Amino acid sequence: MTPPSLAAEAVTLGYGERATSTDLTLQVPTGSFTAVVGANGCGKSTLLRALARVLRPTAGAVLLDGRALDRLPTRQVARQLGLLPQGSVAPDGITVAELVARGRAPHQGLLQQWRSADEDAVAAALAACRLTQVSGRRVDELSGGQRQRAWVAVLLAQETPVLLLDEPTTHLDLAHQYELMDLLAALHREGRTVVAVLHDLAQAARYADHLVAMKDGRVVASGAPAELVTAELVEEVFGLRCLVAPDPVTGTPCVYPLPPDAAPAPAPRAAAAGRLGE
Amino acid sequence: MSVDFGRASVPVRTRWASGRLDVRLWVVSAATGAGAVVVALLALGVGDYPLAPARVLGALGGALTGADGFEQRIVVGWRLPVAVAAVAFGALLGLGGAVFQSLTRNPLGSPDVIGFDAGAYTAVVVTVLVVGSAGYWTTAAAALAGGLATAAVVYVLAHRGGVAGFRLVVVGIGVSAVLGSVNGYLITRADVEDAMTVGFWGAGSLARLTWASVLPALALAVCVALACAALAPALRRLEMGDDAAVALGTRAGPARLGLLVVGVAATALVTAAAGPIGFVALAAPQVARRLTRSPGVSPLSAAATGAALLACAHLASLGVAQVFRPVPVGLVTVCLGGAYMIGLLVREARRRGGAPW
Repeated sequence: MTPPSLAAEAVTLGYGERATSTDLTLQVPTGSFTAVVGANGCGKSTLLRALARVLRPTAGAVLLDGRALDRLPTRQVARQLGLLPQGSVAPDGITVAELVARGRAPHQGLLQQWRSADEDAVAAALAACRLTQVSGRRVDELSGGQRQRAWVAVLLAQETPVLLLDEPTTHLDLAHQYELMDLLAALHREGRTVVAVLHDLAQAARYADHLVAMKDGRVVASGAPAELVTAELVEEVFGLRCLVAPDPVTGTPCVYPLPPDAAPAPAPRAAAAGRLGE
Repeated sequence: MSVDFGRASVPVRTRWASGRLDVRLWVVSAATGAGAVVVALLALGVGDYPLAPARVLGALGGALTGADGFEQRIVVGWRLPVAVAAVAFGALLGLGGAVFQSLTRNPLGSPDVIGFDAGAYTAVVVTVLVVGSAGYWTTAAAALAGGLATAAVVYVLAHRGGVAGFRLVVVGIGVSAVLGSVNGYLITRADVEDAMTVGFWGAGSLARLTWASVLPALALAVCVALACAALAPALRRLEMGDDAAVALGTRAGPARLGLLVVGVAATALVTAAAGPIGFVALAAPQVARRLTRSPGVSPLSAAATGAALLACAHLASLGVAQVFRPVPVGLVTVCLGGAYMIGLLVREARRRGGAPW
């Protein structure tokens, strides 16, 4: 499948009177794993919500295959764009499979509510998220990691070529975070465009092939993580003085914060070598 | 591939329609619905001229063949419209309650709690006491207008970049309180006879209903039920949060407004015809949820349970009339509902370790 292109063109975003982003333009590379990073309150979740047409821009437009999102029928968009939002509510007492089945909504009509394609998609989504064994359990009985995977399965059951995820690893322990990121990487390899708002820069650099760094509602830099993540950028975006060195496992950039009273950050590779030589 | 849903369900697939029927939900709904009909049939035999069930059925059967005797007139002409109304109005109240509780994600969110009934009551008080008209249709029209206006006011006051459930409930309780004081003031200024008229209407009674008033309400009830069935999928998605609902292809704003209209219309039909019948809308969805163990509240089972509750309350009010004196069905539901509400609050308070909210 070839995912549709997704771009924000000169959008102004905000809640009520306050604009978090003004005149923001962003092209999501088709078929990429794009990670959006930035400090708290920099507008990255707001941008993602606009890309998913949950938040309507007050100016400009989000374009899906070149057409403005808010001009397209919402069900048609829902077959192209899937969103893992923050703050979803699982109805009281719902089972995993019932929740996942709700992801089929954009494919169901007034009378056609449960075709065999719906059942197949739900079964596939449960299997991909390794939830087949617990599909009959209640969502509120699951562990945090399983629960988050259940919401990802809702997204997968929607069978959209573009996946948007708002901080998917928040509240997960370390092993569950990487398990979820590996799942997203696998979905990306199958040909989907994945856009995720992530907190952890090292995780973003490890999994994404396109990084978007935001500050104060603006895109400060974007590009391949290996070139983009430098000590200067981290200081500019997060206000954190650090040293950037390659991850010993993957070779992708990793961030090592400096103590507040340390000397200015030395050149990354020399410093890393120096540390190892001590 | 088949999926374990953790609940027995039967997939139904034809060329033009398909669905996954939850066995427990449909069996419980069918059973409570059937129970409501049986109780309503029993009620046909109760009154100042008691009739054994066999004679009730005989009278019904006789009416079908065109016989027009004394018992036919009692059963079909007088008692049947009231019994039919008990079932249909109970279903409407359950439906309205389910829609509101689902939209507000709050078991206290029902049209009567958020000010609809108080608004209808105020309009009737004004019509009877100030305008001086107490005919059936003027009262019904006033109740409808007052209820809808109050619902609109509550909606606008609770609107702040979308309508959140909890705000709707709190604003509704506030508006109810204000209207309650207006009602109280107007009653103190009224003469005794008018105050009695208003008091009877305000208690909520099915006794005054005739075919002439029940049939139009039934026709409208069918429209409301169809609209609710069409909007039910959107209702289920809105339960998951607005962002999730929009991402799944729901136009959240229009869907919510449509559902509010359905919920208010369901209650308005009943209030216009019979006066405010409290607590059925509040209790039916929650009772149904416990019976079906379904996730969230389901309009189908809530409607069936509402029908059963109101049919039982109707039978109870007829029974009380035999041994004591006539009481309006609204008083019976309020008595049962009050006990239910206390139970609900105590349960919630225990579960949350102290504060119910």
